[in-house]
Amino acid sequence: MLSKYETVIGLEVHVQLTTATKIFCGCSTRFGAPPNSQTCPVCLALPGALPVLNGKAVDFAILAGLATHCRIAPRSIFARKNYFYPDLPKGYQISQYELPICEHGHLDISLEGGATKRIGITRIHMEEDAGKSMHGETPETSASSFVDLNRAGTPLLEIVSEPDMRSPEEAIAYLKKLHQIVVYLGVCDGNLEQGSFRCDANVSVRPRGQEAFGTRAEIKNINSFRFIKQAIEYEVERQIELVENGEKVVQETRLFDPATGVTRSMRGKEDAHDYRYFPDPDLVPLVVDEAWIARMREQMPELPEARRARFVRDYGIPEYDAEVLTAERALADYYDACVKLHGGGKVCANWVMGEVIRGLNEQGIGIAECPVRPQMLAGMLQRIDDGTISGKIAKTVFDEMWRSGRDADTIIAEKGLKQVTDTGAIEAIIDEILAANPGQVEEYRAGKEKVFGFFVGQVMKASKGKANPAAVNDLLKKKLAGG
Amino acid sequence: MSLTELSLHDLQQQLQTRAVSSVELTRAFLSRIAATQGQVNAFITLCEDQALAAAEAADRRLAAGDAAPLTGLPLAVKDIFNTAGVRTTCASKILADYVAPYDATAVARLKDQGAVLLGKLNMDEFAMGSSNETSAFGAVKNPWNPACVAGGSSGGSAAAVAACQVPASLGTDTGGSIRQPASHCGVVGLKPTYGRVSRYGVIAYASSLDQVGPLARNVADCALLLQAVAGHDPLDSTSVDLAVPDYLAALGEGLAGLRIGLPREYFIAGLDADVQKAVAAAIDVYRGLGAEVVEVSLPHTEYAVACYYLIATAEASSNLARYDGVRYGLRAEAAQGLLDMYMQSRGQGFGAEVKRRIMLGTYALSSGYYDAYYLKAQKVRTLIRRDFLRAFDQCDVLLTPVAPTPAFRLGEKTADPLQMYLSDIFTIPVNLAGTCGLALPCGMSGAGLPIGLQLVGKPFDEATLLRVAHAFEQATDWHRKTAPL
Ligand SMILES: [Zn+2]
Repeated sequence: MLSKYETVIGLEVHVQLTTATKIFCGCSTRFGAPPNSQTCPVCLALPGALPVLNGKAVDFAILAGLATHCRIAPRSIFARKNYFYPDLPKGYQISQYELPICEHGHLDISLEGGATKRIGITRIHMEEDAGKSMHGETPETSASSFVDLNRAGTPLLEIVSEPDMRSPEEAIAYLKKLHQIVVYLGVCDGNLEQGSFRCDANVSVRPRGQEAFGTRAEIKNINSFRFIKQAIEYEVERQIELVENGEKVVQETRLFDPATGVTRSMRGKEDAHDYRYFPDPDLVPLVVDEAWIARMREQMPELPEARRARFVRDYGIPEYDAEVLTAERALADYYDACVKLHGGGKVCANWVMGEVIRGLNEQGIGIAECPVRPQMLAGMLQRIDDGTISGKIAKTVFDEMWRSGRDADTIIAEKGLKQVTDTGAIEAIIDEILAANPGQVEEYRAGKEKVFGFFVGQVMKASKGKANPAAVNDLLKKKLAGG
Repeated sequence: MSLTELSLHDLQQQLQTRAVSSVELTRAFLSRIAATQGQVNAFITLCEDQALAAAEAADRRLAAGDAAPLTGLPLAVKDIFNTAGVRTTCASKILADYVAPYDATAVARLKDQGAVLLGKLNMDEFAMGSSNETSAFGAVKNPWNPACVAGGSSGGSAAAVAACQVPASLGTDTGGSIRQPASHCGVVGLKPTYGRVSRYGVIAYASSLDQVGPLARNVADCALLLQAVAGHDPLDSTSVDLAVPDYLAALGEGLAGLRIGLPREYFIAGLDADVQKAVAAAIDVYRGLGAEVVEVSLPHTEYAVACYYLIATAEASSNLARYDGVRYGLRAEAAQGLLDMYMQSRGQGFGAEVKRRIMLGTYALSSGYYDAYYLKAQKVRTLIRRDFLRAFDQCDVLLTPVAPTPAFRLGEKTADPLQMYLSDIFTIPVNLAGTCGLALPCGMSGAGLPIGLQLVGKPFDEATLLRVAHAFEQATDWHRKTAPL
């Protein structure tokens, strides 16, 4: 049934910016403060208060626009979106409407099988967030509603895509890519649970081969990548069923319920608000000149794609490794720092993707909290290179660095983990082992070469792992042959 | 002459020579207010205690020799300016008990200079009106004739000066709200260029038109007050970062080479005969002073009133959305649920004219009507602005009547909003053009009511406007007449 129809998806993503202060006043944007403690006459909409645009929010909008290949408008306009709600103190939201700051961009997403697809970005505009309404939860307050305006005036970007996606998988690939970029840029903390990255999806279906779009439904406020897939899948099924039954899909706003996995109608087209948009006379047009754009271009960090390519090219690691290591900016920074200190692209990749990520996962912490800092890891790898420790002992050293936060040299000295490379000392151990196991010596000499491993193990054990494995191999071979 | 009849400059001199103390002055004006408030109703709120404390502080400053130009001078401001700790009602029931936690920038600048604020002046509710009859605190009466209106919306600001309750005041002007009451009350009123004075802390009526300005007994006093409040404010994005000239220094420069333009469209049939005579006489005075008088045209004048009532009401409908009973102001007690709370609070809190303008503005912005009304009005506004800029290619200032008639009688136009709206026909275009305009007394009607002359200047050229007005004052006595109160 599904194959008869094509799914068409466009996404609107609200990205909360990480500016220290709100978009039109000097209040802090910190999350989790006591209700209404981060407010002032402007964001409380007291009579006579006026908005003043936060230049940092514009910086961030320009960065996001450049990273998504948008045209940055030399002149954009803030408008008022008028509606009444208790968490909207002015009775209007300041948002860009007819002339947004960024337009005509795109993102390339990777499809299964390695192909890429270009998703158009219609526009990116700046706006302010509303506050939060809550209903009383105790018996005394159950008849009351409460309003917290700490969030009111937090800067947002709304990033609107073209209806270019054809499956939930493409939608998720686009969202993940966009998420990665805004976090890389440092303009958003990417926290989905706290609502820093929220998504509305416009979904429609049409018979395959038909050019005209079907009627779309807008699904509001989906706050996880998993829910996006569920919501779209449910919605597509619902719409196809309607069409199959000869019914019409109506244009409406629907709400996704994560508990049931179902979307339900919130309001129809006829109930749609008339927002009476008009240019906000309290704000002058936002003028962004070439110099401003150039300044932001200079500040632009290396984006995931460029970084991945550089890792493959300069550090000689496989595509797969580069993909894993660039998934998150902080992890890529960590790996980059290790290679810059140590020089070995592949060996650093192995350790970061192995021990480091394993350790983080075990403790459920992020790379920022990793107790082994890049200089510690690089220092340890140098001790492998110069023969001070073996790769095997290195794991012990790594675990100890993780546990104690001390560097490799301190740990090696303190625990006496320095590798034995003195051939005289190794020879003495070998002689002892050979003397103690005459039967195995016989077997080896009779051609049963598998026994060699047994001898290596015994020697390493007797040296408490500190014997240089290469030297052990050499000397063992010589002694067994020379018998 | 009693203290309360003196000009700001005279009082300044008395303070600085220590002939009188600020406390004495403050007491003199407070008792004048007490004696006349019943007849004029210019004040909504008096703040005697704060005023006397400020006067004492001013006296210390004067004694210490670090006085600013306004230190110790009693003033009052329209009740549209937020004043920390003193209630700010905007003459509306919905804000009847509202006390702001902060000062408007203009008020803060007066306080920084050590001015003494006596109280908050009556006005039309949310500055919507031309007669001060929409105030929730009762109409202001004209000091020249208590049966007549003081004009609006800054009726209290004009009447208080005319009644010698304060030597000068601040008002706001959206479509003539400083100039028209100044004209009706026989005082000088200046609407500066949009962006010259910060709007921060001034309760918004129509944000793209509102502008703060002084009212006083003479032009020099207006210049003194403008000097104190003008200049860029980082809290108001629309305030312009432009150097403020020394307005007083420019006053005496004379009129040699000055060209005065008479817009043909402003001298029309229907103009009151007394007004016409007074304005014609004023033109002769200027000719006598050596100015060249030329006829100019402002061809889109006839669309100005319609254009204004679309743009101003559209902005107002949005600006007044914040009065929802949620955070401050009146909240209906018996409301059932959110929508009912909104409707009852706003229904009870706003007066009829405010509701009318909210509805007009909401309609003009509604989908399906936006292009025909709001957008069209914006285009007309551009044409009107262009008219003025073209006219200023031919002259330095424009000269017109302020209003078609002297003050009308209380109640005369309340039943006919359109007639009321037309009383601002000569002042509205100046706001739409965003430039500066000044009203000054130029005659008396047969019925003994003051008549005002309007001078309109180039954008941000308040200096020329003040100089031209000052020259007229030097040649005439109209500004010396005092209301028979
Ligand atoms: Zn704030």
